[in-house]
Amino acid sequence: MKMVMAIIKPFKLDDVREALSEIGVQGITVTEVKGFGRQKGHTELYRGAEYVVDFLPKVKIEAAVSDGLVDQVIEAIAKAANSGKIGDGKIFVSPIEQAVRIRTGEAGEEAL
Amino acid sequence: MEALNGIKDLSYALDTFYFLITGALVMWMAAGFAMLEAGLVRSKNTAEILTKNVVLFAIACIMYMIVGYNIMYGDGTEGGIIPSLSFMLGADNNPEEVLKIGMDGWYDGSYYSSMSDFFFQMVFVATAMSIVSGAVAERMKLWAFLFFAVVMTGFIYPVQGYWKWGGGFLDQAGFLDFAGSGVVHLCGATAALAGVLLLGARKGKYGPDGKINAIPGANMPLATIGTFILWLGWFGFNGGSELILSNVGEANAVAKVFVNTNMAASGGVVAGLITARLLFGKADLTMALNGALAGLVAITAEPLTPSPELATLIGAIGGVLVVFAIITIDKIKIDDPVGAISVHGVVGIWGLLAVTLSNPDSSLGSQLLGIGSIFVWTFVTSLIVWGILKAVMGIRVSEEEEYEGVDIGECGLEAYPEFTGSKGSGI
Repeated sequence: MKMVMAIIKPFKLDDVREALSEIGVQGITVTEVKGFGRQKGHTELYRGAEYVVDFLPKVKIEAAVSDGLVDQVIEAIAKAANSGKIGDGKIFVSPIEQAVRIRTGEAGEEAL
Repeated sequence: MEALNGIKDLSYALDTFYFLITGALVMWMAAGFAMLEAGLVRSKNTAEILTKNVVLFAIACIMYMIVGYNIMYGDGTEGGIIPSLSFMLGADNNPEEVLKIGMDGWYDGSYYSSMSDFFFQMVFVATAMSIVSGAVAERMKLWAFLFFAVVMTGFIYPVQGYWKWGGGFLDQAGFLDFAGSGVVHLCGATAALAGVLLLGARKGKYGPDGKINAIPGANMPLATIGTFILWLGWFGFNGGSELILSNVGEANAVAKVFVNTNMAASGGVVAGLITARLLFGKADLTMALNGALAGLVAITAEPLTPSPELATLIGAIGGVLVVFAIITIDKIKIDDPVGAISVHGVVGIWGLLAVTLSNPDSSLGSQLLGIGSIFVWTFVTSLIVWGILKAVMGIRVSEEEEYEGVDIGECGLEAYPEFTGSKGSGI
Protein backbone atom coordinates (compact mmCIF):
# COMPACT_ATOMS: atom_id res chain seq x y z
CA MET A 1 0.00 0.00 0.00
CA LYS A 2 1.27 3.44 -0.81
CA MET A 3 0.33 6.99 0.20
CA VAL A 4 0.37 9.20 -2.86
CA MET A 5 0.62 12.85 -1.86
CA ALA A 6 0.39 15.63 -4.43
CA ILE A 7 0.66 19.40 -4.12
CA ILE A 8 -1.35 21.00 -6.91
CA LYS A 9 -2.78 24.36 -7.94
CA PRO A 10 -6.17 24.94 -6.28
CA PHE A 11 -8.16 25.36 -9.48
CA LYS A 12 -7.00 21.94 -10.66
CA LEU A 13 -8.64 20.13 -7.76
CA ASP A 14 -11.85 19.21 -9.56
CA ASP A 15 -9.97 17.92 -12.61
CA VAL A 16 -7.68 15.77 -10.47
CA ARG A 17 -10.55 14.46 -8.42
CA GLU A 18 -12.43 13.38 -11.53
CA ALA A 19 -9.35 11.76 -13.01
CA LEU A 20 -8.75 9.77 -9.83
CA SER A 21 -12.35 8.69 -9.63
CA GLU A 22 -12.17 7.44 -13.20
CA ILE A 23 -9.35 5.04 -12.38
CA GLY A 24 -11.09 3.73 -9.31
CA VAL A 25 -9.60 5.70 -6.42
CA GLN A 26 -12.47 5.81 -3.94
CA GLY A 27 -11.36 8.37 -1.42
CA ILE A 28 -8.95 11.24 -0.98
CA THR A 29 -8.08 13.74 1.72
CA VAL A 30 -7.67 17.37 0.75
CA THR A 31 -5.97 20.16 2.66
CA GLU A 32 -5.58 23.81 1.78
CA VAL A 33 -1.94 24.73 2.17
CA LYS A 34 0.45 27.50 1.27
CA GLY A 35 3.90 27.01 -0.06
CA PHE A 36 6.44 27.69 -2.73
CA GLY A 37 8.97 25.79 -4.76
CA ARG A 38 10.79 27.54 -7.53
CA GLN A 39 7.69 29.60 -8.31
CA LYS A 40 8.44 32.86 -6.62
CA GLY A 41 5.88 35.00 -4.85
CA HIS A 42 5.43 38.71 -5.37
CA THR A 43 6.30 41.88 -3.59
CA GLU A 44 3.39 44.15 -2.88
CA LEU A 45 3.02 47.58 -1.34
CA TYR A 46 0.78 48.07 1.67
CA ARG A 47 0.26 51.72 2.52
CA GLY A 48 3.68 52.52 1.09
CA ALA A 49 5.58 49.70 2.76
CA GLU A 50 6.84 46.66 0.87
CA TYR A 51 5.87 43.20 1.92
CA VAL A 52 6.43 39.84 0.26
CA VAL A 53 3.67 37.41 -0.58
CA ASP A 54 5.96 34.35 -0.51
CA PHE A 55 3.54 31.63 0.11
CA LEU A 56 1.17 30.76 -2.65
CA PRO A 57 -2.08 28.93 -2.05
CA LYS A 58 -1.93 25.27 -3.05
CA VAL A 59 -3.99 22.17 -2.40
CA LYS A 60 -2.53 18.99 -0.94
CA ILE A 61 -4.20 15.74 -1.96
CA GLU A 62 -3.49 12.49 -0.19
CA ALA A 63 -4.74 9.13 -1.42
CA ALA A 64 -3.96 5.70 0.00
CA VAL A 65 -3.85 3.25 -2.89
CA SER A 66 -2.83 -0.34 -3.49
CA ASP A 67 0.61 -0.93 -4.99
CA GLY A 68 -0.76 -1.96 -8.35
CA LEU A 69 -2.61 1.33 -8.81
CA VAL A 70 0.27 3.68 -7.99
CA ASP A 71 1.60 4.22 -11.50
CA GLN A 72 -1.88 4.94 -12.86
CA VAL A 73 -2.55 7.36 -10.02
CA ILE A 74 0.67 9.24 -10.66
CA GLU A 75 -0.15 9.47 -14.35
CA ALA A 76 -3.71 10.59 -13.70
CA ILE A 77 -2.70 13.32 -11.27
CA ALA A 78 0.19 14.54 -13.38
CA LYS A 79 -2.00 14.80 -16.44
CA ALA A 80 -4.98 16.44 -14.75
CA ALA A 81 -2.99 18.91 -12.67
CA ASN A 82 -0.74 20.04 -15.49
CA SER A 83 -1.24 23.59 -16.67
CA GLY A 84 2.17 23.89 -18.28
CA LYS A 85 2.99 26.91 -16.16
CA ILE A 86 5.36 27.17 -13.25
CA GLY A 87 3.86 26.20 -9.92
CA ASP A 88 1.99 23.09 -11.11
CA GLY A 89 3.27 21.14 -8.12
CA LYS A 90 4.80 17.79 -7.24
CA ILE A 91 3.76 14.22 -6.44
CA PHE A 92 5.34 12.14 -3.67
CA VAL A 93 4.87 8.46 -2.93
CA SER A 94 5.58 6.90 0.46
CA PRO A 95 4.89 3.42 1.79
CA ILE A 96 2.04 2.70 4.17
CA GLU A 97 2.78 0.15 6.91
CA GLN A 98 -0.80 -0.52 7.95
CA ALA A 99 -4.32 0.64 7.14
CA VAL A 100 -7.58 -0.02 9.06
CA ARG A 101 -11.20 0.83 8.26
CA ILE A 102 -12.61 2.14 11.51
CA ARG A 103 -16.24 1.09 11.02
CA THR A 104 -15.62 -2.56 10.17
CA GLY A 105 -12.12 -3.25 11.41
CA GLU A 106 -10.93 -4.44 7.98
CA ALA A 107 -7.18 -4.17 7.65
CA GLY A 108 -4.57 -4.12 4.93
CA GLU A 109 -5.52 -3.62 1.31
CA GLU A 110 -9.18 -4.39 2.18
CA ALA A 111 -9.26 -1.13 4.08
CA LEU A 112 -8.33 1.01 1.07
CA MET B 1 -47.36 87.77 10.15
CA GLU B 2 -44.41 86.89 12.33
CA ALA B 3 -46.15 83.80 13.61
CA LEU B 4 -46.90 82.68 10.07
CA ASN B 5 -43.29 83.22 9.03
CA GLY B 6 -42.25 81.24 12.07
CA ILE B 7 -44.40 78.36 10.90
CA LYS B 8 -42.99 78.60 7.37
CA ASP B 9 -39.46 78.62 8.79
CA LEU B 10 -40.19 75.54 10.84
CA SER B 11 -41.93 73.73 8.02
CA TYR B 12 -39.06 74.43 5.61
CA ALA B 13 -36.51 73.38 8.20
CA LEU B 14 -38.40 70.20 9.04
CA ASP B 15 -38.79 69.13 5.42
CA THR B 16 -35.16 69.97 4.71
CA PHE B 17 -34.06 68.03 7.77
CA TYR B 18 -36.20 65.10 6.71
CA PHE B 19 -34.62 65.09 3.26
CA LEU B 20 -31.14 65.23 4.74
CA ILE B 21 -31.74 62.44 7.24
CA THR B 22 -33.39 60.13 4.74
CA GLY B 23 -30.59 60.97 2.33
CA ALA B 24 -28.07 59.99 4.98
CA LEU B 25 -29.94 56.70 5.45
CA VAL B 26 -29.70 56.03 1.72
CA MET B 27 -25.99 56.84 1.85
CA TRP B 28 -25.71 54.15 4.51
CA MET B 29 -27.06 51.68 1.94
CA ALA B 30 -23.66 51.97 0.28
CA ALA B 31 -22.22 50.24 3.35
CA GLY B 32 -24.96 47.64 3.00
CA PHE B 33 -24.05 46.87 -0.60
CA ALA B 34 -20.36 46.74 0.29
CA MET B 35 -20.91 44.25 3.11
CA LEU B 36 -23.41 42.15 1.17
CA GLU B 37 -21.09 41.81 -1.79
CA ALA B 38 -18.02 41.24 0.39
CA GLY B 39 -19.84 38.37 2.03
CA LEU B 40 -20.93 36.72 -1.21
CA VAL B 41 -17.60 36.70 -3.07
CA ARG B 42 -14.56 34.58 -2.30
CA SER B 43 -11.99 35.85 0.18
CA LYS B 44 -9.38 36.35 -2.53
CA ASN B 45 -11.65 38.90 -4.22
CA THR B 46 -12.96 40.75 -1.18
CA ALA B 47 -10.66 43.77 -0.98
CA GLU B 48 -11.26 44.58 -4.63
CA ILE B 49 -15.04 44.58 -4.34
CA LEU B 50 -14.82 46.77 -1.27
CA THR B 51 -12.62 49.18 -3.19
CA LYS B 52 -15.14 49.19 -6.02
CA ASN B 53 -17.98 50.02 -3.65
CA VAL B 54 -16.21 52.85 -1.87
CA VAL B 55 -14.88 54.46 -5.01
CA LEU B 56 -18.05 54.13 -7.09
CA PHE B 57 -19.92 55.98 -4.39
CA ALA B 58 -17.43 58.80 -4.51
CA ILE B 59 -17.44 58.92 -8.32
CA ALA B 60 -21.23 58.95 -8.38
CA CYS B 61 -21.37 61.91 -6.03
CA ILE B 62 -18.80 63.90 -7.98
CA MET B 63 -20.23 63.17 -11.44
CA TYR B 64 -23.74 63.95 -10.25
CA MET B 65 -22.55 67.24 -8.85
CA ILE B 66 -20.66 68.14 -12.03
CA VAL B 67 -23.36 67.29 -14.56
CA GLY B 68 -25.73 64.47 -13.63
CA TYR B 69 -28.06 66.41 -11.38
CA ASN B 70 -28.57 69.14 -13.92
CA ILE B 71 -29.26 66.68 -16.73
CA MET B 72 -31.88 65.04 -14.54
CA TYR B 73 -33.49 68.06 -12.88
CA GLY B 74 -32.35 71.01 -14.94
CA ASP B 75 -34.42 73.07 -17.30
CA GLY B 76 -35.43 70.19 -19.52
CA THR B 77 -38.69 70.60 -21.36
CA GLU B 78 -41.71 68.96 -19.77
CA GLY B 79 -42.53 65.78 -21.59
CA GLY B 80 -39.28 65.90 -23.51
CA ILE B 81 -36.86 63.16 -24.44
CA ILE B 82 -33.62 65.09 -24.69
CA PRO B 83 -32.66 66.73 -21.43
CA SER B 84 -30.95 70.07 -20.95
CA LEU B 85 -27.26 70.29 -20.22
CA SER B 86 -25.64 72.48 -17.58
CA PHE B 87 -22.91 72.05 -15.01
CA MET B 88 -22.37 72.43 -11.28
CA LEU B 89 -24.92 73.26 -8.62
CA GLY B 90 -26.57 76.62 -8.35
CA ALA B 91 -27.31 78.67 -5.28
CA ASP B 92 -29.83 77.60 -2.67
CA ASN B 93 -33.15 79.26 -2.00
CA ASN B 94 -33.18 82.80 -0.70
CA PRO B 95 -34.88 82.86 2.72
CA GLU B 96 -36.66 86.14 2.07
CA GLU B 97 -38.06 84.90 -1.23
CA VAL B 98 -39.20 81.68 0.38
CA LEU B 99 -41.02 83.45 3.21
CA LYS B 100 -42.95 85.53 0.70
CA ILE B 101 -44.73 82.43 -0.60
CA GLY B 102 -48.26 82.22 0.75
CA MET B 103 -49.42 79.12 2.60
CA ASP B 104 -51.76 78.30 -0.28
CA GLY B 105 -48.92 78.00 -2.73
CA TRP B 106 -46.39 76.73 -0.22
CA TYR B 107 -46.02 73.20 -1.56
CA ASP B 108 -45.93 74.41 -5.14
CA GLY B 109 -42.98 76.62 -4.31
CA SER B 110 -39.70 76.01 -2.52
CA TYR B 111 -40.52 74.27 0.71
CA TYR B 112 -37.11 72.73 1.28
CA SER B 113 -33.47 73.55 0.60
CA SER B 114 -32.45 72.77 -2.96
CA MET B 115 -29.09 71.59 -1.65
CA SER B 116 -30.96 68.99 0.36
CA ASP B 117 -32.72 67.95 -2.83
CA PHE B 118 -29.35 67.48 -4.54
CA PHE B 119 -28.09 65.53 -1.53
CA PHE B 120 -31.06 63.19 -1.58
CA GLN B 121 -30.91 62.57 -5.34
CA MET B 122 -27.16 62.11 -5.28
CA VAL B 123 -27.31 59.11 -2.98
CA PHE B 124 -29.87 57.54 -5.30
CA VAL B 125 -27.56 57.54 -8.30
CA ALA B 126 -24.87 55.98 -6.13
CA THR B 127 -27.33 53.21 -5.25
CA ALA B 128 -28.07 52.53 -8.91
CA MET B 129 -24.39 52.32 -9.72
CA SER B 130 -23.58 49.96 -6.86
CA ILE B 131 -26.04 47.41 -8.26
CA VAL B 132 -23.61 46.86 -11.12
CA SER B 133 -20.61 46.07 -8.92
CA GLY B 134 -22.03 42.81 -7.60
CA ALA B 135 -22.92 41.33 -10.97
CA VAL B 136 -19.45 41.84 -12.44
CA ALA B 137 -17.60 40.71 -9.31
CA GLU B 138 -14.48 38.55 -9.22
CA ARG B 139 -13.41 38.98 -12.84
CA MET B 140 -13.77 42.57 -14.02
CA LYS B 141 -10.91 45.02 -14.17
CA LEU B 142 -11.39 47.58 -11.42
CA TRP B 143 -10.50 50.59 -13.54
CA ALA B 144 -12.77 49.56 -16.41
CA PHE B 145 -15.59 49.44 -13.90
CA LEU B 146 -14.72 52.87 -12.52
CA PHE B 147 -14.63 54.40 -15.99
CA PHE B 148 -18.05 52.94 -16.65
CA ALA B 149 -19.23 54.44 -13.38
CA VAL B 150 -18.22 57.88 -14.59
CA VAL B 151 -20.44 57.57 -17.66
CA MET B 152 -23.31 55.82 -15.92
CA THR B 153 -23.60 58.36 -13.11
CA GLY B 154 -22.91 61.40 -15.21
CA PHE B 155 -25.06 60.54 -18.18
CA ILE B 156 -26.88 57.21 -18.58
CA TYR B 157 -28.76 57.28 -15.28
CA PRO B 158 -29.58 61.02 -15.33
CA VAL B 159 -31.16 60.87 -18.81
CA GLN B 160 -33.66 58.16 -17.93
CA GLY B 161 -34.13 59.78 -14.53
CA TYR B 162 -35.10 62.99 -16.30
CA TRP B 163 -37.66 61.09 -18.35
CA LYS B 164 -39.58 60.26 -15.17
CA TRP B 165 -38.59 62.37 -12.17
CA GLY B 166 -37.31 65.33 -14.13
CA GLY B 167 -40.65 65.78 -15.83
CA GLY B 168 -39.78 64.18 -19.16
CA PHE B 169 -41.93 62.12 -21.48
CA LEU B 170 -42.41 59.14 -19.18
CA ASP B 171 -43.80 61.40 -16.49
CA GLN B 172 -46.16 62.98 -18.99
CA ALA B 173 -47.28 59.55 -20.15
CA GLY B 174 -48.44 58.68 -16.65
CA PHE B 175 -45.64 56.25 -15.83
CA LEU B 176 -45.49 55.91 -12.03
CA ASP B 177 -42.36 55.06 -10.07
CA PHE B 178 -42.47 56.40 -6.52
CA ALA B 179 -38.94 55.74 -5.32
CA GLY B 180 -37.26 54.04 -8.24
CA SER B 181 -37.99 50.36 -8.91
CA GLY B 182 -37.47 51.43 -12.51
CA VAL B 183 -35.34 54.56 -12.46
CA VAL B 184 -32.85 53.16 -9.95
CA HIS B 185 -33.15 49.39 -9.70
CA LEU B 186 -34.11 48.32 -13.21
CA CYS B 187 -31.64 50.86 -14.59
CA GLY B 188 -28.78 49.49 -12.47
CA ALA B 189 -29.66 45.89 -13.22
CA THR B 190 -29.82 46.58 -16.96
CA ALA B 191 -26.38 48.20 -16.97
CA ALA B 192 -25.17 45.17 -15.04
CA LEU B 193 -26.71 42.80 -17.57
CA ALA B 194 -25.00 44.56 -20.47
CA GLY B 195 -21.70 44.34 -18.64
CA VAL B 196 -22.04 40.69 -17.70
CA LEU B 197 -22.92 39.71 -21.28
CA LEU B 198 -19.68 41.23 -22.56
CA LEU B 199 -17.66 40.05 -19.58
CA GLY B 200 -18.45 36.36 -19.49
CA ALA B 201 -18.81 34.00 -16.57
CA ARG B 202 -16.23 33.32 -13.92
CA LYS B 203 -13.78 30.53 -14.76
CA GLY B 204 -15.11 27.25 -13.50
CA LYS B 205 -18.64 28.47 -12.92
CA TYR B 206 -20.18 26.54 -15.79
CA GLY B 207 -18.93 23.05 -16.63
CA PRO B 208 -18.46 21.77 -20.17
CA ASP B 209 -21.59 19.63 -20.04
CA GLY B 210 -23.79 22.49 -18.92
CA LYS B 211 -23.16 21.84 -15.24
CA ILE B 212 -23.58 24.81 -12.93
CA ASN B 213 -20.93 24.89 -10.20
CA ALA B 214 -21.52 26.62 -6.90
CA ILE B 215 -18.96 29.22 -5.91
CA PRO B 216 -19.83 29.89 -2.25
CA GLY B 217 -19.38 33.28 -0.65
CA ALA B 218 -16.71 33.67 1.97
CA ASN B 219 -18.57 35.39 4.76
CA MET B 220 -22.23 34.88 5.62
CA PRO B 221 -22.20 37.25 8.60
CA LEU B 222 -21.08 40.11 6.33
CA ALA B 223 -23.76 39.26 3.78
CA THR B 224 -26.36 39.29 6.53
CA ILE B 225 -25.34 42.54 8.12
CA GLY B 226 -25.20 44.01 4.62
CA THR B 227 -28.82 43.02 4.06
CA PHE B 228 -29.94 44.48 7.38
CA ILE B 229 -28.12 47.72 6.60
CA LEU B 230 -29.85 47.90 3.23
CA TRP B 231 -33.19 47.24 4.92
CA LEU B 232 -32.62 50.10 7.34
CA GLY B 233 -31.40 52.40 4.60
CA TRP B 234 -34.46 51.61 2.52
CA PHE B 235 -36.65 53.43 5.02
CA GLY B 236 -34.80 56.50 3.85
CA PHE B 237 -34.98 55.42 0.22
CA ASN B 238 -38.76 55.06 0.17
CA GLY B 239 -39.59 57.35 3.07
CA GLY B 240 -37.65 60.28 1.70
CA SER B 241 -39.22 59.87 -1.72
CA GLU B 242 -42.49 61.15 -0.28
CA LEU B 243 -40.55 64.47 -0.19
CA ILE B 244 -42.73 66.21 2.38
CA LEU B 245 -43.28 65.50 6.06
CA SER B 246 -44.57 68.72 7.53
CA ASN B 247 -48.32 68.37 7.61
CA VAL B 248 -50.73 65.82 9.03
CA GLY B 249 -51.54 64.20 5.72
CA GLU B 250 -47.93 63.91 4.65
CA ALA B 251 -46.75 62.72 8.03
CA ASN B 252 -49.30 59.92 7.84
CA ALA B 253 -48.16 59.12 4.31
CA VAL B 254 -44.54 58.88 5.36
CA ALA B 255 -45.44 56.59 8.24
CA LYS B 256 -47.40 54.36 5.90
CA VAL B 257 -44.46 54.26 3.49
CA PHE B 258 -42.13 53.14 6.30
CA VAL B 259 -44.60 50.44 7.35
CA ASN B 260 -45.20 49.17 3.81
CA THR B 261 -41.48 49.11 3.11
CA ASN B 262 -40.92 46.98 6.16
CA MET B 263 -43.86 44.67 5.46
CA ALA B 264 -42.72 44.06 1.90
CA ALA B 265 -39.23 43.14 3.08
CA SER B 266 -40.71 40.78 5.65
CA GLY B 267 -42.94 39.15 3.06
CA GLY B 268 -39.95 38.78 0.77
CA VAL B 269 -37.86 37.04 3.43
CA VAL B 270 -40.52 34.49 4.31
CA ALA B 271 -41.47 33.78 0.72
CA GLY B 272 -37.84 33.53 -0.38
CA LEU B 273 -37.00 31.16 2.43
CA ILE B 274 -40.01 28.91 1.85
CA THR B 275 -39.41 28.83 -1.89
CA ALA B 276 -35.78 27.86 -1.38
CA ARG B 277 -36.78 25.20 1.14
CA LEU B 278 -39.29 23.70 -1.27
CA LEU B 279 -36.91 23.77 -4.23
CA PHE B 280 -33.63 22.86 -2.56
CA GLY B 281 -34.68 21.11 0.64
CA LYS B 282 -32.68 23.47 2.84
CA ALA B 283 -33.18 26.87 4.46
CA ASP B 284 -30.81 28.80 2.22
CA LEU B 285 -29.71 31.94 4.05
CA THR B 286 -28.63 33.66 0.86
CA MET B 287 -32.12 33.20 -0.60
CA ALA B 288 -33.69 34.63 2.55
CA LEU B 289 -31.40 37.65 2.23
CA ASN B 290 -32.13 38.04 -1.47
CA GLY B 291 -35.82 37.65 -0.60
CA ALA B 292 -35.66 40.62 1.75
CA LEU B 293 -34.04 42.75 -0.92
CA ALA B 294 -36.52 41.55 -3.51
CA GLY B 295 -39.39 42.55 -1.27
CA LEU B 296 -37.86 45.98 -0.83
CA VAL B 297 -37.31 46.46 -4.56
CA ALA B 298 -40.84 45.29 -5.32
CA ILE B 299 -42.49 47.84 -3.06
CA THR B 300 -40.23 50.71 -4.11
CA ALA B 301 -42.34 51.60 -7.14
CA GLU B 302 -45.40 52.24 -4.96
CA PRO B 303 -44.99 52.06 -1.18
CA LEU B 304 -47.81 54.48 -0.37
CA THR B 305 -51.09 53.31 -1.85
CA PRO B 306 -51.13 49.61 -0.95
CA SER B 307 -52.46 48.47 2.38
CA PRO B 308 -49.82 46.89 4.64
CA GLU B 309 -51.34 43.50 3.84
CA LEU B 310 -51.03 44.08 0.12
CA ALA B 311 -47.50 45.39 0.59
CA THR B 312 -46.57 42.16 2.36
CA LEU B 313 -48.00 40.20 -0.54
CA ILE B 314 -46.20 42.30 -3.15
CA GLY B 315 -42.95 41.72 -1.29
CA ALA B 316 -43.68 38.02 -0.98
CA ILE B 317 -44.26 37.66 -4.70
CA GLY B 318 -40.94 39.43 -5.19
CA GLY B 319 -39.35 36.90 -2.86
CA VAL B 320 -40.68 33.96 -4.85
CA LEU B 321 -39.74 35.58 -8.16
CA VAL B 322 -36.18 36.26 -7.12
CA VAL B 323 -35.45 32.62 -6.30
CA PHE B 324 -36.74 31.47 -9.68
CA ALA B 325 -34.98 34.31 -11.45
CA ILE B 326 -31.63 33.45 -9.88
CA ILE B 327 -31.94 29.82 -10.95
CA THR B 328 -33.11 30.71 -14.45
CA ILE B 329 -30.42 33.30 -15.07
CA ASP B 330 -27.81 30.74 -14.02
CA LYS B 331 -29.39 28.18 -16.35
CA ILE B 332 -28.92 30.50 -19.34
CA LYS B 333 -25.26 30.88 -18.33
CA ILE B 334 -25.37 34.47 -17.14
CA ASP B 335 -23.06 34.53 -14.13
CA ASP B 336 -24.26 36.97 -11.47
CA PRO B 337 -22.41 36.24 -8.21
CA VAL B 338 -24.78 38.17 -5.96
CA GLY B 339 -28.07 37.90 -7.87
CA ALA B 340 -28.16 41.63 -8.63
CA ILE B 341 -29.88 41.24 -11.99
CA SER B 342 -32.57 39.04 -10.43
CA VAL B 343 -33.17 41.18 -7.36
CA HIS B 344 -33.09 44.58 -9.01
CA GLY B 345 -34.02 43.83 -12.63
CA VAL B 346 -36.59 41.05 -12.61
CA VAL B 347 -38.19 42.17 -9.38
CA GLY B 348 -37.84 45.82 -10.39
CA ILE B 349 -40.10 45.01 -13.34
CA TRP B 350 -42.53 43.24 -11.03
CA GLY B 351 -42.55 46.25 -8.71
CA LEU B 352 -43.44 48.57 -11.57
CA LEU B 353 -46.26 46.30 -12.70
CA ALA B 354 -47.53 45.90 -9.13
CA VAL B 355 -48.23 49.63 -9.02
CA THR B 356 -51.40 48.91 -11.00
CA LEU B 357 -52.67 46.76 -8.13
CA SER B 358 -53.15 49.64 -5.78
CA ASN B 359 -52.77 52.95 -7.55
CA PRO B 360 -55.82 53.96 -9.62
CA ASP B 361 -53.81 56.60 -11.49
CA SER B 362 -51.56 53.98 -13.02
CA SER B 363 -52.14 51.99 -16.15
CA LEU B 364 -50.50 48.85 -17.44
CA GLY B 365 -49.66 50.57 -20.69
CA SER B 366 -47.76 53.44 -19.14
CA GLN B 367 -45.93 51.10 -16.77
CA LEU B 368 -44.85 48.94 -19.72
CA LEU B 369 -43.77 52.06 -21.59
CA GLY B 370 -41.58 53.00 -18.65
CA ILE B 371 -40.11 49.53 -18.32
CA GLY B 372 -39.35 49.34 -22.01
CA SER B 373 -37.86 52.83 -22.25
CA ILE B 374 -35.62 52.48 -19.23
CA PHE B 375 -34.48 49.03 -20.29
CA VAL B 376 -33.76 49.84 -23.92
CA TRP B 377 -31.99 53.14 -23.18
CA THR B 378 -29.84 51.74 -20.39
CA PHE B 379 -29.06 48.49 -22.17
CA VAL B 380 -28.01 50.07 -25.45
CA THR B 381 -25.94 52.88 -23.97
CA SER B 382 -24.33 50.55 -21.43
CA LEU B 383 -23.50 48.00 -24.10
CA ILE B 384 -21.81 50.74 -26.12
CA VAL B 385 -19.76 51.98 -23.18
CA TRP B 386 -18.79 48.49 -22.03
CA GLY B 387 -17.96 47.66 -25.64
CA ILE B 388 -15.67 50.65 -26.01
CA LEU B 389 -13.96 49.85 -22.71
CA LYS B 390 -13.53 46.24 -23.77
CA ALA B 391 -11.97 47.29 -27.08
CA VAL B 392 -9.73 49.98 -25.62
CA MET B 393 -8.49 48.50 -22.37
CA GLY B 394 -10.23 45.16 -21.88
CA ILE B 395 -12.74 44.66 -19.11
CA ARG B 396 -11.70 41.24 -17.84
CA VAL B 397 -8.66 40.39 -15.76
CA SER B 398 -6.25 37.75 -17.05
CA GLU B 399 -6.81 34.09 -16.28
CA GLU B 400 -3.80 34.08 -13.93
CA GLU B 401 -5.16 37.05 -12.04
CA GLU B 402 -8.59 35.52 -11.79
CA TYR B 403 -7.14 32.36 -10.25
CA GLU B 404 -4.91 34.24 -7.89
CA GLY B 405 -7.67 36.60 -6.87
CA VAL B 406 -8.20 40.20 -7.95
CA ASP B 407 -7.23 41.44 -4.48
CA ILE B 408 -3.57 40.82 -5.29
CA GLY B 409 -3.78 41.81 -8.93
CA GLU B 410 -5.84 44.99 -8.68
CA CYS B 411 -5.31 46.14 -5.10
CA GLY B 412 -1.95 44.73 -4.11
CA LEU B 413 -3.23 43.51 -0.78
CA GLU B 414 -5.36 40.74 0.69
CA ALA B 415 -8.57 41.12 2.61
CA TYR B 416 -7.69 38.18 4.86
CA PRO B 417 -3.90 38.00 4.85
CA GLU B 418 -2.18 34.87 6.08
CA PHE B 419 1.46 33.80 6.06
CA THR B 420 2.56 37.33 5.36
CA GLY B 421 6.17 36.42 6.05
CA SER B 422 8.59 37.58 8.66
CA LYS B 423 9.77 40.84 7.16
CA GLY B 424 8.37 43.47 9.48
CA SER B 425 5.01 41.84 9.95
CA GLY B 426 5.70 41.08 13.57
CA ILE B 427 5.41 37.30 13.26
